Amino acid sequence: MTDSKYFTTTKKGEIFELKAELNSDKKEKKKEAVKKVIASMTVGKDVSALFPDVVNCMQTDNLELKKLVYLYLMNYAKSQPDMAIMAVNTFVKDCEDPNPLIRALAVRTMGCIRVDKITEYLCEPLRKCLKDEDPYVRKTAAVCVAKLHDINAQLVEDQGFLDTLKDLISDSNPMVVANAVAALSEIAESHPNSNLLDLNPQSINKLLTALNECTEWGQIFILDCLANYAPRDDRESQSICERVTPRLSHANSAVVLSAVKVLMKFMEMLPKDLDYYGTLLKKLAPPLVTLLSAEPELQYVALRNINLIVQKRPEILKHEMKVFFVKYNDPIYVKLEKLDIMIRLASQANIAQVLAELKEYATEVDVDFVRKAVRAIGRCAIKVEQSAERCVSTLLDLIQTKVNYVVQEAIVVIKDIFRKYPNKYESVIATLCENLDSLDEPEARAAMIWIVGEYAERIDNADELLESFLEGFHDESTQVQLQLLTAIVKLFLKKPTETQELVQQVLSLATQDSDNPDLRDRGYIYWRLLSTDPVAAKEVVLAEKPLISEETDLIEPTLLEELICHIGTLASVYHKPPSAFVEGSRGVMHKRLPARTGSGESTESPDVGTIAGGSGTETAPSIIPSQGDLLGDLLNLDLAPPTTTGPPPPTSGMQMGGMDLLGGGLDSLMGDESEPLGGDIGGSAAMGAGFGAVPAVMPASLNAPMGGGLGDLFDLGGGVGMPLGAYIPPKTVWLPAMKAKGLEISGTFARRAGVIQMELTLTNKAMSVMTDFAIQFNRNSFGLAPAGPLQVLSPLSPNQTIEVSLPLSTVGPVMKMEPLNNLQVAVKNNIDVFYFSCQYPISMLFVEDGKMERQVFLATWKDIPNENESQFQIKDCHLNSDAASNKLQASNIFTIAKRTVEGQDMLYMSIKLSNGIWVLAELRVQTGNPNYTISVKCRAPEVSQCVFQCCEAVLKN
Amino acid sequence: MIGGLFIYNHKGEVLISRVYRDDIGNRRHAVDAFRVNVIHARQQVRSPVTNIARTSFFHVKRSNIWLAAVTKQNVNAAMVFEFLYKMCDVMAAYFGKISEENIKNNFVLIYELLDEILDFGYPQNSETGALKTFITQQGIKGQHQTKEEQSQITSQVTGQIGWRREGIKYRRNELFLDVLESVNLLMSPQGQVLSAHVSGRVVMKSYLSGMPECKFGMNDKIVIDKAGKGGVTDDVAKSTTGKQSIAIDDCTFNQCVRLSKFDSERSISFIPPDGEYELMRYRTTKDIILPFRVIPLVREVGRTKLEVKVVIKSNFKPSLLAQKIEVRIPTPLNTSGVQVICMKGKAKYKASENAIVWKIKRMAGMKESQISAEIELLPTNDKKKWARPPISMNFEVPFAPSGLKVRYLKVFESKLNYSDHDVIKWVRYIGRSGIYETRC
Repeated sequence: MTDSKYFTTTKKGEIFELKAELNSDKKEKKKEAVKKVIASMTVGKDVSALFPDVVNCMQTDNLELKKLVYLYLMNYAKSQPDMAIMAVNTFVKDCEDPNPLIRALAVRTMGCIRVDKITEYLCEPLRKCLKDEDPYVRKTAAVCVAKLHDINAQLVEDQGFLDTLKDLISDSNPMVVANAVAALSEIAESHPNSNLLDLNPQSINKLLTALNECTEWGQIFILDCLANYAPRDDRESQSICERVTPRLSHANSAVVLSAVKVLMKFMEMLPKDLDYYGTLLKKLAPPLVTLLSAEPELQYVALRNINLIVQKRPEILKHEMKVFFVKYNDPIYVKLEKLDIMIRLASQANIAQVLAELKEYATEVDVDFVRKAVRAIGRCAIKVEQSAERCVSTLLDLIQTKVNYVVQEAIVVIKDIFRKYPNKYESVIATLCENLDSLDEPEARAAMIWIVGEYAERIDNADELLESFLEGFHDESTQVQLQLLTAIVKLFLKKPTETQELVQQVLSLATQDSDNPDLRDRGYIYWRLLSTDPVAAKEVVLAEKPLISEETDLIEPTLLEELICHIGTLASVYHKPPSAFVEGSRGVMHKRLPARTGSGESTESPDVGTIAGGSGTETAPSIIPSQGDLLGDLLNLDLAPPTTTGPPPPTSGMQMGGMDLLGGGLDSLMGDESEPLGGDIGGSAAMGAGFGAVPAVMPASLNAPMGGGLGDLFDLGGGVGMPLGAYIPPKTVWLPAMKAKGLEISGTFARRAGVIQMELTLTNKAMSVMTDFAIQFNRNSFGLAPAGPLQVLSPLSPNQTIEVSLPLSTVGPVMKMEPLNNLQVAVKNNIDVFYFSCQYPISMLFVEDGKMERQVFLATWKDIPNENESQFQIKDCHLNSDAASNKLQASNIFTIAKRTVEGQDMLYMSIKLSNGIWVLAELRVQTGNPNYTISVKCRAPEVSQCVFQCCEAVLKN
Repeated sequence: MIGGLFIYNHKGEVLISRVYRDDIGNRRHAVDAFRVNVIHARQQVRSPVTNIARTSFFHVKRSNIWLAAVTKQNVNAAMVFEFLYKMCDVMAAYFGKISEENIKNNFVLIYELLDEILDFGYPQNSETGALKTFITQQGIKGQHQTKEEQSQITSQVTGQIGWRREGIKYRRNELFLDVLESVNLLMSPQGQVLSAHVSGRVVMKSYLSGMPECKFGMNDKIVIDKAGKGGVTDDVAKSTTGKQSIAIDDCTFNQCVRLSKFDSERSISFIPPDGEYELMRYRTTKDIILPFRVIPLVREVGRTKLEVKVVIKSNFKPSLLAQKIEVRIPTPLNTSGVQVICMKGKAKYKASENAIVWKIKRMAGMKESQISAEIELLPTNDKKKWARPPISMNFEVPFAPSGLKVRYLKVFESKLNYSDHDVIKWVRYIGRSGIYETRC
């Protein structure tokens, strides 16, 4: 019998012929015709025109023909829903057939016909089939409930099918149990809060019993379901583990991996000193190793999972290094994964073997694999100190091969080795320098430049080397440019006499000829540092670097925990949570490992306030010390920026002065949290501070004595990237002169280029001169704090007014205020300390990356409980929806989607606050109606009111 | 769960397409996405799982046929691959080799099978033994069955012993046991064993009547040590087994084996499927008998010549004969000519495979043989050194390199009147090379 002939009919008028054949009286001819139709369908031809003719063939005793017709129906019913009804009668009749195979076939197919009208007719037959005497029919009906639920969830609930399905978990037939579990698990996923599966010790016991008896696939369904159960205590957890461990010897790798998942999860609950805990750990290793002798595709899945397991519990496989050695004809995807695991398992005990292997791999053909192998050698050096020397010499051997990509990769990792073991292996620098010319990849060039800069004092011709890079400065990638800038500054600080010209050259290249803001900013920071306080510059630029960590590429712990709960699934293959690749609400539910019972380990997340601040080493410069004389003198020559016409900018010493004066009174008021202001410039300068650090040195007052080119440039920089102005409320008087001995302060808040600014107007209405201004905030809801001192540089004479702009950070101490956006401020001058409070528009805190992905938005919207939703009216607003959207966008309220329903425009918007809170909003605009409706949804409902006020203010101005 | 299943030929034309779930969207889109991004991809695909526009594709290849499973959900990835392999097994059991021609010839059957073994993307019973009772190529059997036959089919498909039907009868009760091992080795040029393991399979062909209860025993160290403690002295244990016991690192069993019983008592008991099936797989790493040792010697004479000498030594009882011995010595890509001298067998330089292939038909234990070759090279200005792939070997030996021995296989059938003694049993050991490589 050869069916292949059906694939070859490509004549014209074919449909006509088929129609005739389908209506033929001869059974055989009919069947042939249906086969041809199916073949055409498979190769993608549209044969939907034959619908009535094919359906007519349905009434037949021939099972094969029937199945073919059903196959056709499943494909085309959706496109011809009315005609599909013609089939219903036959289905209903078939569901009563004495032959269980036909009953099951009918109910199975009916569930696949996704036409609403059919589902009504499906309910009665399905109800009967769920209680059928034959297990084959029952197991098919169980899956059919899941199908129906996918089409019409409400119907399934209303008809009580869920309860019937729950009853099937106690069925006498193991396959019925397994399919019922699978169906219930799937339905439960789309109702995260329902207690559908209702797992309790009794039902768990039933599942464990069925586990021993059902097919391999059924075992997988049951194990995956078990993994969602949370045992009450360690005893129950142990007894489940004991009953699951035999599955580790199953021939089906998926059964093994699902069992591993259950064990890894429930193990969390066992006390570590328990004997059984140790036994279990030992039992896990052999099956994991065995998975590596499966087919390559499964090996890949297994390796991705082992990668997770090794990170979570390294002890399981620590002695099994050898099985991860790469075989010559492993597929590349297996090789790369094995390599990853080898590095994770590398330890002092096995390092010799590992290194020998890695060296072998570095001579293979596949470029990606070789690169990874070279990188792995570097990682071994960093991880196992005893091996560092051997690793370095291996890397040198590899550099000698002169294979271009090997050399480049080696140089990148040697840089890291230098970081980890400073002053140990610098003897190899000479060899590295020989290969300078062959480096054509940015990462390798940057690494090499870093090495030259870092060890400039030991490389005789460091200046020549760096100069050679400088020639093509503008053709380099940003990474290299930044590195080159830093390296030359380092060189200058180390050998100031010979390299002045070079440093000037690079500074002007970076600041004047470059369009890259990062590069320009870094250039200016260095320039300013060098020209103001060379000693501080030395401390900042040549500061001791923090150690680099031993393990790289570790998965973040909470994600790792979630992935452990998804062992065996796609999430564990992608190393991403399901929400990252599954659409809609399904599977978005986050899973967590159970907590150990008994022990009271609380893993509270650390206070938001404490994370930030601690980044910078304090670099408050001391008064210029004597030892820096030579350097200082040299700098005084002509290092001021060329565009500056006025006197040199004030020294940082003076800027800080104001702060020190604040001292006592304010501190006692504010509590003990007064952070060293402006202290973070130093720490971040070497790392390419972006806009964040700039305003700290920004001379903002318009009539400040310098106000030269530099200031202008900064102002310019501040305006970039914000073409449409964000909404800025008008200034209001915060502190009347009456209350503050003649000082009047009015102000407002603005957000410019991602930096929050407090814009103040200070007016001296008293008779005497005011000096020594300083400012401090009380703790507040969003951790606002001045990012630098208040820059009132000249004394404020009577009746004079100045404008000051104070950059703010959001990393200060946090305390909830009432109202939420209230800010208490203390301002000090030479006369007294004054207190006032003001309210900032919350829009200031809306960050630039607040645009959510559509899918994430949908999922989040559904995820936030409805009681968190609040609705407001915005009256008298005459913008159309597009204009409104643009206006809001300028204030970082991003429109994600727009939908028009019955003349009403719905805008879906997202906002992210500086502390990471997301706010979702839906704005309804009806043409011709000046009243808008806005619904705000947020996990922290307190902010809704503020957000609404803000939107209103933005839209109306 | 699995949203759809496609089978393509090597050109990327779709031969079979079955969609189980609506969420994968337009069938054509999914079918094309895989063709464009994987089959026709410019670069070789670097993972068997591909995510294209939030749709995940799992694929395996059999000769030049692509099988792809599609999903939009977070499915059990291991299960999907196991299912794809299983599907290949089922198809092979029905119509032999998986080729374009066979698939086209049997497409109706394949659709029928797909309807049965995957329901809404959930794998169902896929044991060929059971499937063949009601999915037949004639397809008409359904009508002529009696009610008893029908319920027998359904209870088998859903039942505890889904792999065997009742009422099997043989005139002669017979069983064959094959212990098939593949021995894997990676050795350094200096002769140091970098890694070695044996992966073995016990394949059983059973022609037994009724529902026989079987018990299988081998010289598993744990079992024998336990027996030793249980009163029988070590001497006795040794005399009964003849050979020392072996340490099994791990083993997996066919679904017919009662795993909980193995876990608690380490005894292997089961009701076997009818005909041929794989009873168990195991893996050992300790005390492996390496049947051959390869001693390579490669010398570069200048830039255009390479001298290779390889000695192989057989390391087993002189009375046994190894067969189908093949040594594959890789040569550089710029080889221009090769001269070979070997003491035994035949050796040939195969330019298309970049290797010298040396074949020996038979070789007894404790012997040694040698090949030497001179390789002429074309001068190149390629800076990259030759990667020197390892020398690989193939062979077949009539013993189990792990040392595994079958101690017994007992058959009990209480309802029919035949006993363990009446069953004719055959045992055979075959050791083959897996990846057996020596670096040079």
